[in-house]
Amino acid sequence: MKNLYIGAASTAFALIANTAAAEVEISWWHAMGGALGETVNQIAEDFNASQDEYKITPVFKGTYEEALTAGIAAFRAGEQPNVLQVFDAGAATVIGAQGATVPVQDLLTDNGVAFNIEDYISGVRYFYADADGKMIGMPFNSSSPVMYFNVDALEKAGVEAPKTWEEFQTVTAPALKDAGYVALSQSHLPWIFTENFHSRHNLPFATNDNGYAGSDGTEILVNNDAIKAHFTAVTDWQDKGYFEWFGTGWGDNQTPFEEGKVAIWLGSSGSFGGLAKKDLPFEFSATYLPYWEAVTKEPKQTFIGGASLFAMAGHEAEENKATAAFFEFLTKAETQYFWHRETGYVPITKAAYELAKADGHYDRFPAAETGIKQLSLPAGEHTKGYRMGFYVQIRDVMNREYGRILTGETSVEDAFATIEKEANALLARFSKTQS
Amino acid sequence: MKRAGFTTRWLPILLLLPQLSIIAIFFYWPAAHAVHSSFYLADPFGFGATYVGVDNYADLAGSSEYLKVARFTLIFTLLVTFFSLALALLLAVKADNIIRGAKSYRTLLMWVYAVAPPVAGFIGLIMFNQSWGPLTEAARAIGWDFKLGVNFNDTATAMVLVAVWKQVPVNFIFFLSGLQSIPKPVREAALIDNRSARGRFWDVTFPLLAPTGFFLLIINITYALFDTFGVIDTMVKGEPGNNPMTLVYKVYVDGFRGNDMGGSSAQSVILMLLVLALTIFQFRLIERRIHYT
Repeated sequence: MKNLYIGAASTAFALIANTAAAEVEISWWHAMGGALGETVNQIAEDFNASQDEYKITPVFKGTYEEALTAGIAAFRAGEQPNVLQVFDAGAATVIGAQGATVPVQDLLTDNGVAFNIEDYISGVRYFYADADGKMIGMPFNSSSPVMYFNVDALEKAGVEAPKTWEEFQTVTAPALKDAGYVALSQSHLPWIFTENFHSRHNLPFATNDNGYAGSDGTEILVNNDAIKAHFTAVTDWQDKGYFEWFGTGWGDNQTPFEEGKVAIWLGSSGSFGGLAKKDLPFEFSATYLPYWEAVTKEPKQTFIGGASLFAMAGHEAEENKATAAFFEFLTKAETQYFWHRETGYVPITKAAYELAKADGHYDRFPAAETGIKQLSLPAGEHTKGYRMGFYVQIRDVMNREYGRILTGETSVEDAFATIEKEANALLARFSKTQS
Repeated sequence: MKRAGFTTRWLPILLLLPQLSIIAIFFYWPAAHAVHSSFYLADPFGFGATYVGVDNYADLAGSSEYLKVARFTLIFTLLVTFFSLALALLLAVKADNIIRGAKSYRTLLMWVYAVAPPVAGFIGLIMFNQSWGPLTEAARAIGWDFKLGVNFNDTATAMVLVAVWKQVPVNFIFFLSGLQSIPKPVREAALIDNRSARGRFWDVTFPLLAPTGFFLLIINITYALFDTFGVIDTMVKGEPGNNPMTLVYKVYVDGFRGNDMGGSSAQSVILMLLVLALTIFQFRLIERRIHYT
């Protein structure tokens, strides 16, 4: 019955578009909703219009977690898409499952597309690579947590955007409070105040080279004094009215910034496009994430967040060729610049970055350059990223415990002990699934 | 006594086959699959699975978080069931007494039945919006700094309220038809015997409503345990964080968000056993004590 239907549909399609009979069709499952989804559709349309051999169809699959689960279920049923978008926290799952994807580096070189990892900006190069540095997933929407601030509010309070957390708590926050603002909110405690906290301060986040050297025996190193001191300070800021937490959801914490209630908001460089389009009643700008001078005098770059595109295995050679052609189109400087300009996600190649500079994009919007500049800061031993399995659940544990800290249900000390214990149990479980 | 029967042995089996195959394919096969996966730790893509015995169950039993979720589920179920039934019974008794405009009142009380759980959850999100929700403001007016999504108890309160609101109409419909099926002579006889409306209700009406009430009790427990999924998912916006969640939502969080097939299968099996226990309880202990008609 299904075959009959497909047969009828394809006959009808062939009758309508017999000129396009030679096109190889590929599918792309993604998690980009709203304005981002429209930009994704535009890129797909541009690719389809740029040549007549291949046709890509983007399909919106919900949140990052839902897209990954849909991709896995489809793979098990043998119905996987050609391209699947997988977010940072799901990277270990998909990269660990060797045979589920075709490493992007192999895909490109096998299909005659030139590939040089040095063409990519340093911050994105190895996050989705294997232990030997081979690129497995194509970085797509790469972002970094940055600090947005309400320029009018800071002017009113007579302060500058803080460079360090010491400056924030002694100078910036008290002045903002006197000026009638909540000084700070943030939208993702695991991503901004945990993962990137470790990168910015060049602290190890997990054993086995942050988990890149293999899942066997990997343990999280989150229960350390630097981060505990940070969270203790955050609760102190909360008591003094410098910081407010509006729940686990991303938007709940962004909205008060947009409403002008909160003066400084830690969000994603990928939020830039959305904020710029919202026509906020105040001028905003962005700069690097602050750091603790007490922890380091030389702050480092941050990890990329966001997601990458994986070429799913189990497709015909000609479809893989189409996928390679799409990746080639996607990494072209013009495409990357278009994506960067529309959304605020960083351009992933040096050529695209140069193009954005040459076009004067950063003269018009200096804040748009913050993400890529922060990703291009000096690298350290522990700044290339992390690779941990069942990481979605580990983030859920962090969110739960951080929520409890901020509602006074638990202490910083107990919360980090719990996170360490539960995360290590999950890592050990994940390791067992990989044998 | 003459027994009606089939002449051949195969005809009844043949007639039962469609139903049995549906049950087998859609219920027993997946259930068996869940029991099987609960003894393994599997790579989500299906490349390999390691037999771990009862480790998945042992992990759950030893997890204080799982026990916390179980405890919340119990309290949530008790509250939702009690308030859904009590409110619906009150409304049904009052609506039963009304003669003029009865149909309009009843329709107004029933319409919420048509609201899907995620939509109910969404309405809850709007009513309890942190900065401008009308119910948030009402709570603030009485000095309760209500914070949905931040404070555990506040979020739990909102979830119970929305879940009860969504379920009252169903119970109302059943209670009302139960009340209307009580024979008039019985009511009239009661009226002569007892002049107190409250006394008549507890002595006559309530026992006669018992079959409906018992049926609804089971329906409501199942509703609170399983069908509130949509309400909870919408109200925690897909990310539970420190917010309350029920056991069935945890199965989803660990299995579908976290891709931990073994762990979430073990949780499903526990829920299956719970339903089994509930069914046994229904048939063995209570059905015997309640007289239908």
